[in-house]
Amino acid sequence: MASSSNGTRIEANGIEVNGLVREFKGGVRAVDGIDLEVRPGEIYGFLGPNGAGKSTTVHMLTTLLPPTAGSARVAGYDVVKDGAAVRDAIGAALQEAALDPNLTARDHMRLQGALHGMSKADRTRRGDELIERVGLSDAAERKVGGYSGGMKRRLDLALALLHGPRVLFLDEPTTGLDIQSRTALWDEVAHLSRDDGMTVFLTTQYLEEADQLADHLGIIDHGKIVAEGTPEALKGEVGRPTVEVVPTDHAERDRAVELLRPFGELVPGTPQGAAVRLDDGSEELANIIRAFDQADVKVANLELHEASLNDVFLTKTGRSLEGAQREAAEEGETGEQPALEGAPA
Amino acid sequence: MEAATVAAPVAPVRQHPSIWTQAPELARRSIMRTLRQPAAVIPATTFPLILLAINAVGLESATALPGFPTDSYVTFALAFAFIQAGVFAVIGTGQNLAEDNRDGFFNRLQLTPIHPAALVAGQLAGTLALGLFQAATYLAVGLIAGAHIAAGFGGVLVMVALSIAISLAFGSVGLAVGMRVDAPEKVQSIFPLIFVFLFLSSMSLPRNLIQTDWFREIATYNPVSYMVEGLRSLLITGWDGEALALGFGCALGILAIGLIFASLGLKERMVRT
Repeated sequence: MASSSNGTRIEANGIEVNGLVREFKGGVRAVDGIDLEVRPGEIYGFLGPNGAGKSTTVHMLTTLLPPTAGSARVAGYDVVKDGAAVRDAIGAALQEAALDPNLTARDHMRLQGALHGMSKADRTRRGDELIERVGLSDAAERKVGGYSGGMKRRLDLALALLHGPRVLFLDEPTTGLDIQSRTALWDEVAHLSRDDGMTVFLTTQYLEEADQLADHLGIIDHGKIVAEGTPEALKGEVGRPTVEVVPTDHAERDRAVELLRPFGELVPGTPQGAAVRLDDGSEELANIIRAFDQADVKVANLELHEASLNDVFLTKTGRSLEGAQREAAEEGETGEQPALEGAPA
Repeated sequence: MEAATVAAPVAPVRQHPSIWTQAPELARRSIMRTLRQPAAVIPATTFPLILLAINAVGLESATALPGFPTDSYVTFALAFAFIQAGVFAVIGTGQNLAEDNRDGFFNRLQLTPIHPAALVAGQLAGTLALGLFQAATYLAVGLIAGAHIAAGFGGVLVMVALSIAISLAFGSVGLAVGMRVDAPEKVQSIFPLIFVFLFLSSMSLPRNLIQTDWFREIATYNPVSYMVEGLRSLLITGWDGEALALGFGCALGILAIGLIFASLGLKERMVRT
């Protein structure tokens, strides 16, 4: 069993990556020596713009692509030496919801179950259970070609879960989905981790998704991990939250300023309000409300502004995530993107 | 999180999947995929029939040539419909596989403990189903149009068997091509090449009646000639052991070569660790 760098040991359903590299034709390093650790039962968000190396990492961790250098253990198994055991322990919904448009959801379950060596009875029972769980019962006998993007993603997720994996890889599971489908999938992923104890490795280019779902987060850019930690810690690293209070009686603005002063550094706010960057984080919010209540200063509006993951990305890479996406798209147009994944160096 | 003691990885409780569990399900998928795409089945079946009709009308006078083996050009040309179906087997099988590559379905399969032989057998099952359907159609249409089967009912069964062997042979070529590309269009681009290969055979005339030396020479070395002549022997001559042995031999030879190249392609494609 592998030991992690900080002395803890990775349990059977964690992930440990050390110095992982993947080089493609032309010497392009899509993944350039990354280290990461995913603890059992947590959701690890892997955030980065297009072309940052997220999918290449997933392909290596799911044994679909051999690493050029470095090592990785998934569910306790080495991804190079124990490929079959890794595949047995994981489920994966890759970037393309790879489904056969001519088959129904039940056909897919039947095929996937047979390939995993499940008995006919188990395939049917578990397949139906999962189809119901992802809300596709009514469409189970319809050809997948007529499904919406959200339905395809949900079926893809159900298929990844069919054989009872301990670690789940989701490569940009909500890209291209409407907000309703996206939220439904978030709920399901959160449920898998929190209620079923499944380890989830999720790549995304959406800040909100990473913020909402991930217990731990790795931010990748140009093949390197530029920041890692909990979303709260990462945001805390780059900036403390600010609170802005607007008193009901605007004449009391000066009193509001004095009431806020003990909680941190005063910062400019709206003309009617007072704002402070909190020394001790958002935990101080209750004390601020109490202070205004005790001073009998009525509050018309109180807003907490948290530092965002975009601030983190900006601090670590010198550009916003949106800017990085644009840059990646331009590189794609001018043919400067790395060689196609799957094309070995 | 504290994790002082570590349990050894426990494999999920599932029986080890055998090729006999996997191949039938992959075959089922391949057959359903084929049958649920009328746009692929109908042209692949009707195009050879249209060509047969055109040839039967336009080249009927060829039967007057001294040495022509039959007085019915439909009977003579019917065999070629089976071979043309083989061309569609190359394209269809190759395109299906290329689509699986392009759409990531192949990766889905790779993430399971799939047996490579099950994948190949499964993919060819759809080709076999289509080949069977086409053979039945061509025989029925040929008989209605006045073709005669000299070898009788037993000959019909052997014709079906040989035509399936031919479909599988061409299907394996399609597999070998499809294994190496990720775009169905790339498979389609070999269509003209294969068609030329088909026409440089004894398709339109018996080899002994081909007057142009280089054409006759190519037709003599072209295995397609022997597959056509194997089928044709059952229609025109009756039971001709040599023609049948050459026909089956060429089909099975191409199948073997196709499978070798498909397996090599699969090995390259399945880069999983």
